[in-house]
Amino acid sequence: MMYDGGKIIIGLLIFIGFSTFPFLFTMGKAVAKPEPKIDTPEIQKMVDKKCIESKQYMKTEHMVILNDWRDAVVRDGLRLYKSKDGRSFDMSLQNTCMKCHSSKKKFCDECHNYVAVKPYCWDCHIAPQEGT
Amino acid sequence: MAINRRDFLKIAGITTLAGIGGAVGVNLITNKGIEAAQYLEDPKSLKGKRWGIAIDISKFNTPESYQKVIDACHTIHNVPLINNPKEEIKWIWTESYEHTFSSHEYANPYIKEALKKKPFLVLCNHCDNPPCVRVCPTKATFKRKSDGIVMMDMHRCIGCRFCMAGCPYGARSFNWRDPRPYIKKQNPEFPTRMKGVVEKCTLCYERIAIGLKPACVEASNGAMVFGDLNDPNSDIRKVLASNYSIRRKPELGTTPCVFYIIGG
Repeated sequence: MMYDGGKIIIGLLIFIGFSTFPFLFTMGKAVAKPEPKIDTPEIQKMVDKKCIESKQYMKTEHMVILNDWRDAVVRDGLRLYKSKDGRSFDMSLQNTCMKCHSSKKKFCDECHNYVAVKPYCWDCHIAPQEGT
Repeated sequence: MAINRRDFLKIAGITTLAGIGGAVGVNLITNKGIEAAQYLEDPKSLKGKRWGIAIDISKFNTPESYQKVIDACHTIHNVPLINNPKEEIKWIWTESYEHTFSSHEYANPYIKEALKKKPFLVLCNHCDNPPCVRVCPTKATFKRKSDGIVMMDMHRCIGCRFCMAGCPYGARSFNWRDPRPYIKKQNPEFPTRMKGVVEKCTLCYERIAIGLKPACVEASNGAMVFGDLNDPNSDIRKVLASNYSIRRKPELGTTPCVFYIIGG
């Protein structure tokens, strides 16, 4: 027989309860899948609904692109982005990305909140007015 | 089976070569990154090796003539208006003669009275040898090799304020608080700053990049001249060649690129 067995077992049970609580609490509950919306008036107007690169590429690499853009623009003074299919864009979060994706809430925040990332873009950059 | 040293080295060498060669080969074939995309300079951008500004003080005579230049800059760049002088943010502002030209004041205390009483427009001098760049621990402020602009990369600034201590012209302001509530009307084309970063004039790098002159120069109606100091045929060089001009605190060796035409 172990000494203080009862206390140890109670302690262990409390510990297991605490550590599994987040999993048990959300078990069976489906968290709403993020659904970023790209149906802004600006995008509706486009004949060829295409971002600067392919959708898949933008999904996985947009943060890398933005990071590279900021270095190119701020540090090297290069402002024009020539995409793989030869189109040119001004490398600017406020003046290029957000001109089409004009709802930060429905486009950026939707996924960022879901995966709990908080990019600090908007501490300085001005987001477009919602609902205009 | 025993292996002697010679054979071991041979095998190791060949394996290493094959490994490196293989990796390069595989990379060349499978690299589906963004290699076709490119970053280019805007063809509209103004081309210059060493930008400078000449300020003709004889053309600034009324408070409005100064204010319209200051307002042009501060509205475009979302510079907040904070009335507390300890927290104010300024990119271009006016300063008295003894503050602007302290060394000239020392060199000649009996200079023309009219000059002593005049306010002077001051801004970042975009020095050739900028002390702020030397002291910045994160390279958030740096000198652009292409055109000599002393730039700020707000993404990197950690707010240590070494640059403010380093700058002998007081051209830098620190954001003690979130500047947004103090911006009357935001320019949605340009970012604001956040609490805890240092900011200053960037010689309108964003306008030069699309072929426009700095906002202050444009608003001054010819009282300020902008151009390439490296080009003997530029407007600024012609103006400087035909008028008497001085610079701020030349004895410090920072080599400012803002000139004041003070007349004969």
